[in-house]
Amino acid sequence: MIELADVRKVFNQGQHNEFRALDGINLSIEANRVTAICGPSGSGKTTLLTLIGCLARPTSGRARFKGEDISGLPERFLTQLRRRSFGFVFQQFNLIRGLSAEENVMLPAAPCGRPQHEVRAKAAMLLDQLQLAHRRDAKVEWLSGGEQQRVAIARALINDPEVLIADEPTANLDTTLAREFLAILDGFASAGRTVILSSHDPLVIQSAAVHRVINMRDGRIVAA
Amino acid sequence: MRIWIEQQRALIDFTLASLARRKAKNLGLLAVYTLLVFVLASVTLFSHALRHEATRVLADSPELILQRMVAGRHDLIPPGYLDKIGKIRGVQKMEGRLWGYYYDPVIKANYTFMAPTAGDVERGTIVIGSGLERIRGLTQETGISFRAYSGKLYSFIVADILPHDSELISADLVLMHADDFRDFFGFPAGHYTDITLSVANPQEVRNVAAKLAAALPDSRPILREEVLRTYASIFDWREGIVLAILSGAILAFAILAWDKAAGLSAEEKREIGILKAIGWETGDVIRMKLWEGVLISLTAFLLGYLAAYLHVFYAGGILFEPVLKGWSVLYPRFQLTPEIDGLAVVTLGFFTVIPYTAAVLVPIWRAATTDPDAAMRS
Repeated sequence: MIELADVRKVFNQGQHNEFRALDGINLSIEANRVTAICGPSGSGKTTLLTLIGCLARPTSGRARFKGEDISGLPERFLTQLRRRSFGFVFQQFNLIRGLSAEENVMLPAAPCGRPQHEVRAKAAMLLDQLQLAHRRDAKVEWLSGGEQQRVAIARALINDPEVLIADEPTANLDTTLAREFLAILDGFASAGRTVILSSHDPLVIQSAAVHRVINMRDGRIVAA
Repeated sequence: MRIWIEQQRALIDFTLASLARRKAKNLGLLAVYTLLVFVLASVTLFSHALRHEATRVLADSPELILQRMVAGRHDLIPPGYLDKIGKIRGVQKMEGRLWGYYYDPVIKANYTFMAPTAGDVERGTIVIGSGLERIRGLTQETGISFRAYSGKLYSFIVADILPHDSELISADLVLMHADDFRDFFGFPAGHYTDITLSVANPQEVRNVAAKLAAALPDSRPILREEVLRTYASIFDWREGIVLAILSGAILAFAILAWDKAAGLSAEEKREIGILKAIGWETGDVIRMKLWEGVLISLTAFLLGYLAAYLHVFYAGGILFEPVLKGWSVLYPRFQLTPEIDGLAVVTLGFFTVIPYTAAVLVPIWRAATTDPDAAMRS
């Protein structure tokens, strides 16, 4: 589903503080599976996720999504592809404070032009599935860490993406909540979604919900 | 089209929810903004309505007035002038008028005494304006005495009171018989204060005025349009004075609005990063901010304009009345006719809505073009 060929990502290229975050990545990620990218801090996990999720373009190399070369797409097309095909769960959840859980969940659908009542119904359904229906009108800053993460998951799913990308999803969760999250991920894969996550949490890497683990270090894949 | 409408609906929903998060701050801004529009709109509505009122009142005034000048001062029209004017082609009708000012030391105010040309006021009686009725407590059949400049006392009976709806021009008016007028002021027979003229063809008014000036070189023809222009200048001047006084407040608001709109907090920048990461395009972020600017400024404009309309036409423009209407002992009481100048509305709208909206957009342009992967690293 996703293929990377000799992908490199260099920050501040040509300057004194040039930093090579990814160096010659070759990778193929299968659909309908949970893939975990693990490695120490600074190994390039997050950068790899941003390239896979169309949040950034590689400095060199090719990235393909369902056979289509996406590495050279202009920002507008990249955004449309990201909106349609990818859902993101960020490490800090990145919810918008002051808005309710439901309003946060509906946000990615705003530029799509779908009827509001339809989006609202979908948000309600997702919150219900994630056992958050009773908290839909609560401001996100009033929610617990686990509830905030489930809001972030619901938000990632509002546009029905094929791929869910999660960056260090269990970093801010205790063991119980981390297990709950993994159970949710397992359900996604069974439902035909592709899940790609980064983590250095042994609970995630050793979980039965994760089908494949890719190890990284210093911007390179050391084991896949 | 439907997709576009739904997009805008969603963006407006988000914008409103977003504004509601900083309720006190945004309501405060809206209140100040509304107040500013209210003040500006009140001044323009008031001045425009006054100008309109003056134009309406003067619509029936004579097209030309002829005054005789001696040493640059207004003097009486001597006998024979009416005959000379009669020979000028284009003059349809002419009348000698008798009017003058009388200072009443009792209330320390000036009245305008006038003898109507129709002559429907009987000798020994007067017809008075509403201002005089109010300030001297006069009613029909009441008697009143005036001491003439000769020192002689004259008594009159109030026969009638002029209608209130003409108060703008008749508050200080006293109408009397022509013979009473001449006796009271010691006006010589055959003399007049000035002459009014009607011209058959309105296009010929200037030509007739030129002919009058040539035939009677010691006289000054005054055109109706000149009188109207003078009124307009007075109201423009008063409007300008008010706006000059308010300019400090306008500037203070401009700084406040600019600071609010142009400064982008770290929190707002972070939110823009999140929106971009979850699939918003740069254009969506800008559109959302555009709605924010439009919603605040347009709401303020509509509320401010509505309040100004009510203030001017239903509350008598109580806040700016003294400076815009002027001051007098015999102050006319009148209700302004609701009158809106489309161009003034558009101009005020343009100068209140557009700058704020633009100020909102400037910083967002830069913030919205940041890379979406910034959210991943925050």
